[in-house]
Amino acid sequence: MTSTNSPMRNVLLALSAASMVGVLYLVFLYAPTDKNLGISQRIFYFHVSMAWVGFFAFFWVLVGSVGYLWKRSQKMDRLAYASAEIGVVFTTLMLITGVLWAKPSWGIWWTWDPKLTTSLILWLIYVAYLMLRAYSPRGDQGARFGAILGIVGFFDIPIIYLSVVWWRTVHPNVVGTGAEGGLEPEMRTALMACTVAFTLLFAYLLTDRLSLRRSEEEFESMRSVASLV
Amino acid sequence: MLTELRAKDVVTAILAFAVLSLVILNFAVNSTPRLTPVVAPGVLWVSFTFAGVLGLTRAFAIEKDRGNLEGLLVTPTSREALYVGKMLGSLAFMLVAEAVLLPVFAVLFNVSPFQPSLLLIVLLATLGFVSVGALFSAIAVNTRSREIMLPMLFLPIALPIVIGAVVASGYALEGRPWSDIAGWVQLMVVFDLLALVFCALAFEHVIQE
Repeated sequence: MTSTNSPMRNVLLALSAASMVGVLYLVFLYAPTDKNLGISQRIFYFHVSMAWVGFFAFFWVLVGSVGYLWKRSQKMDRLAYASAEIGVVFTTLMLITGVLWAKPSWGIWWTWDPKLTTSLILWLIYVAYLMLRAYSPRGDQGARFGAILGIVGFFDIPIIYLSVVWWRTVHPNVVGTGAEGGLEPEMRTALMACTVAFTLLFAYLLTDRLSLRRSEEEFESMRSVASLV
Repeated sequence: MLTELRAKDVVTAILAFAVLSLVILNFAVNSTPRLTPVVAPGVLWVSFTFAGVLGLTRAFAIEKDRGNLEGLLVTPTSREALYVGKMLGSLAFMLVAEAVLLPVFAVLFNVSPFQPSLLLIVLLATLGFVSVGALFSAIAVNTRSREIMLPMLFLPIALPIVIGAVVASGYALEGRPWSDIAGWVQLMVVFDLLALVFCALAFEHVIQE
């Protein structure tokens, strides 16, 4: 079963590995050093790409969740679960790179800025998703629970963002907006390339995780058959 | 619900715990008269949230442990009605807890919370809180370590309600005009409606066998 899609996996692996090498060149040699923020600004490319992959992954959690509740297909549930796992990994990295970058550029590790706060809550929701899947009974029930959280969580994010924006306006904003905005063309190229490379990496990880999950399920069903015999 | 009322010891225990949390938080933030308007709404909502989470944890616990939910499912009651019933039960519980906590809060923090605007905020926020909470309570009761799973699941989701409640009740306690509060009240109304409709629809997927 796994052998059928391994060519696709190998292609994705090769593509993401090759593009990562290219991105290293673009980020560290091709893109100019930021005048104000200096060398630390280069973490920006990875930070933004990881944020993008995180959100992209949670979009696929939504797709898988809606699909599961609608069609009740294992395939959809695998998609949601695998994307959530990868999404949590990338959002974690996004938060860590963000904190690391905030210290040299803003002088503080963390500020309760709407984007930061929403990202943290987003991360918490999908960590809760993984906990829920781990603590729920296997099979249909756990998949249904996960699907509901996957849908509620995704649509709750804009409301959370809005409420945090409103909440911040009653406090003084300690930190101005970061270095976003006017990007040099080279920087833009590096950022686009980095985002594409990370999306390829996501696609590879997803196919890999999906086939692994499929094997796990086959193993489970074989074991339950074996225990009956 | 009636069984819950009979189990008075649990209700009293939750209330006592919520009052205790008010006292502990007072020390944690070291409230002085000058700081009170800043910290009081936060302290109030932390204790409400504690009471609410504890109450919601129990919302499906008895049915689950005794297997009554399966019995309810075979009766010709619609799933939405079951959800609304559970939601109203939790709402009543939380409102009772708040009715006890508010006077205690008024005395301990020397504020006057009995204003129409603040009571409206409390009602709206509690409604939003329990409508999300009742759905996730039905989910959490089927998982291992359900006491931890419930707050993990629904507190991030209910965050807009908590933020709205804290800011709006802060404004109400400061005696700010209604126009300052109205935006937050609107946000809470929208959240309540969305949460009620969605959770009532999703409930069917939670409890089916």
